[in-house]
Amino acid sequence: MKYLRKNDCIMLAFSVVLFAVLQVLITERVLSSFWQLNLLIIGINIILAASLNLINGYTGQFSLGHAGFMAVGAYVGVVLTANFHMPFAVALIAGGIAAGFLGFLVGIPTLRLRGDYLAIATLGLGEIIRIVIMNIQYVGGAAGFKGIPHHTTFAWVFFIMLFTLFFIKNFVNSNHGRACLAIRENEIAAESMGVNTTKYKVMAFTIGAAFAGVAGGLFAHCFYLISPASFTFMQTFNYLIMVVMGGLGSITGSIAGAFVVTFISAALASWPEFRMIIYAIALILLMFYRPQGLFGYMEITNMGIFRRIFKKGETPHE
Amino acid sequence: MRPLTIWKELSMEVWHQVLQQLINGISLGSIYALIALGYTMIYGIIKLINFAHGDIYMVGAYIGFFAITQAHLSVVPALLISLVVTGFLGMLVERLAYKPLRHAPRISVLITAIGVSFFLEYTTMYFVSPTPRTFPAMFGDVAVTVGGIVINGQQMLILGITAVLMVILTYIVQKTKTGKAMRAASFDTETAELMGINSDRIISITFGIGSALAAVAGVLVGIYYNSIDPLMGIMPGLKAFVAAVLGGIGILPGAVVGGLILGVVEALVSGFISSTFRDAAAFAILILVLLVRPAGIFGKNTKEKV
Amino acid sequence: MSELLRTENVSEVFGGLKAVTDFNIHLDRGELVGLIGPNGAGKTTAFNMLTGVYQPTTGTITFEGESIVGLKPYQVTQRGIARTFQNIRLFSELTVLENVKIAFHYHVKYGILESVFRIGRYFKEEEAIEKEAHSLLKIFHLDDKADEVAKNLPYGAQRRLEIARALAAKPKLLLLDEPAAGMNPQETKELMDMIRWIRQEFGLTILLIEHDMSLVMGICERIYVLEYGEIIAQGTPDEIKKNPEVIRAYLGGE
Repeated sequence: MKYLRKNDCIMLAFSVVLFAVLQVLITERVLSSFWQLNLLIIGINIILAASLNLINGYTGQFSLGHAGFMAVGAYVGVVLTANFHMPFAVALIAGGIAAGFLGFLVGIPTLRLRGDYLAIATLGLGEIIRIVIMNIQYVGGAAGFKGIPHHTTFAWVFFIMLFTLFFIKNFVNSNHGRACLAIRENEIAAESMGVNTTKYKVMAFTIGAAFAGVAGGLFAHCFYLISPASFTFMQTFNYLIMVVMGGLGSITGSIAGAFVVTFISAALASWPEFRMIIYAIALILLMFYRPQGLFGYMEITNMGIFRRIFKKGETPHE
Repeated sequence: MRPLTIWKELSMEVWHQVLQQLINGISLGSIYALIALGYTMIYGIIKLINFAHGDIYMVGAYIGFFAITQAHLSVVPALLISLVVTGFLGMLVERLAYKPLRHAPRISVLITAIGVSFFLEYTTMYFVSPTPRTFPAMFGDVAVTVGGIVINGQQMLILGITAVLMVILTYIVQKTKTGKAMRAASFDTETAELMGINSDRIISITFGIGSALAAVAGVLVGIYYNSIDPLMGIMPGLKAFVAAVLGGIGILPGAVVGGLILGVVEALVSGFISSTFRDAAAFAILILVLLVRPAGIFGKNTKEKV
Repeated sequence: MSELLRTENVSEVFGGLKAVTDFNIHLDRGELVGLIGPNGAGKTTAFNMLTGVYQPTTGTITFEGESIVGLKPYQVTQRGIARTFQNIRLFSELTVLENVKIAFHYHVKYGILESVFRIGRYFKEEEAIEKEAHSLLKIFHLDDKADEVAKNLPYGAQRRLEIARALAAKPKLLLLDEPAAGMNPQETKELMDMIRWIRQEFGLTILLIEHDMSLVMGICERIYVLEYGEIIAQGTPDEIKKNPEVIRAYLGGE
């Protein structure tokens, strides 16, 4: 058990070093403003992919409504900062709470559905959220919300991303997370082992939606304008691809997936059709040859070399 | 007496509008029904939400478009060419993308379907460019007026062709050997195989027929709305799925009824509330159906075996 | 001995089809009772009603003096009834150890924040269930396979893991649905010893469904016989062996 704490400390130290290096690259203007923006987007996408993974990968509930929750967080956030001049942190938290609360409300009825039906119902919910926003003139309707203060910096993104990953990792490795895994593996057996399956499905859905909301707030404050068109279900498919590519049920996978997909789409930004054709072929080939994704259920901390470094001197069963 | 007359006139006006929207809705609904039939047949036989089905419909529209504008064919030959080519495309997609995953988890197949959908959309976009194409105007001046309600030429074409296709499909499914095998396979694939039915062949034919119907819908929509583009299939594809769920997935008459209801509701919502809520209405119906009666209008509720 | 479970006139009707009718049984604390009957007699349906998977159409089920009709399966488990499944339902992609840990679910008390920030009771409780899980696995000779993925276990080991997992839920009543299915005679014999032993060790009451007559007759103190959804006989193994109704049900004839 002690090694878990040690493990966390090493990961934290590594993250701080990574942050310092990237921050220097930004302040010294080694990275062009295009890649600076993409660095922010990669971080935000990691939050979205990891939180979608909690729902789809760990709990096994196939949700396609993530972009809708992201939109809620984004719009709540920009209204608070632009119209009410609230601090950025308050806006982000409020956006997260709003999205989480909505996730909780819609999760209770819809999570009774299974597999394909849940997928299409959540897709529909996400679209309904978007269409409703499109019809609220207060936030600019279809034309979008203009005049958003540019609050999102690399530090904000990086540390919120770190918190998200830390949160989800520890949640999954707990009694509560194991209940979610059990639901994914076999719902009837999970229930027979004393797991309140409805409660945990809704819980995973709510947590996932809340983080999507926070990510939406970060996303919105990267730009001057956001519009409902940024939150279509195609956007959800994008996060789904990241999660599936990395591995349903692996946080390491979500990080890798978000990084690879965002990087590729940034690199191919001038050839949008090609980008999507490559996506499509990659997705199909992945399902043919490696349906569990790049990492499957594995985490980098469980892999051979890492184990050898970290496991020194610990008790046999940890 | 005067207020009553006004009220009468007003209500006449409203009724008029309702009936007019009903005609529009049934035309649109027929399109949904044609796409939904393919969805429901494919879901019935391999339990796959074929996300790419809407894109098959889009490809059908483009083939029809080029047959009419480049080859200068008239509507019926263009429809036939689109139907045949798209039917084979559907079979090809099944053979290449779905058949290798016949025994894979359903989520893998669903994700593959999303991949196929992207592939069809953006490959088409690459070849024909993202700008919408304008279908040549057809039957624009033909119109029948019944009691003040206008049924235009395109609507008559849609209704006529849909009706003909329904009759042909019913004949195939009910009377032919292939149709019987299709029904058997969608009831229980394994048992059907034991009875000597080649399920691979039946699945392939199902994709062929479903795609052909979608292609016809694509060409008809092109003629109806005059405009097609590479992403036109996404929304109608999803809505056709809603129609299939509404009618009871796997049930052919259910898909038709579901499509018509959806078309009418959409027409009424855009006519009387706001066209921006059109899409929301479809999804709201979906969620409502799934929560209240997941088996759909014609389906039977079943209990999971433990 | 005090009574643990009693069912009165319980029946289950599926779409007009009577799966189980007038199901009346009672179990005293510490008993080891068998439920036998031909295929399709309704044995598993009876288990599903006892565990809340199906709600009985009529009748009452009383566990420790309180009705458990209308409770959800997880609530029934929390009251103290755990089960195994005829068609093994392990968490197949998870390790053997994780399978058992999950079953401690209800008995772990730390909250979400404690798990996310690894504070409070988190480490103490995790260490405790880790230890308990290992000792359970040891009983079922699965300790050396703790880190293997459940689906890779041989068949007999999967059946044993199902029982170990059910025990981790700390039940008072254990329902075993064909625990010896697919086992060879040697494995069955070991299983019998194990069932006897865990009953002593954990102070359990056990109700088991089984087709293997040697197992049922060998370890059960009382037996209920179900045919076409109705109990046609009950008694000690010796009484059951001689019962003409039972012989007719199993061997056919008029």
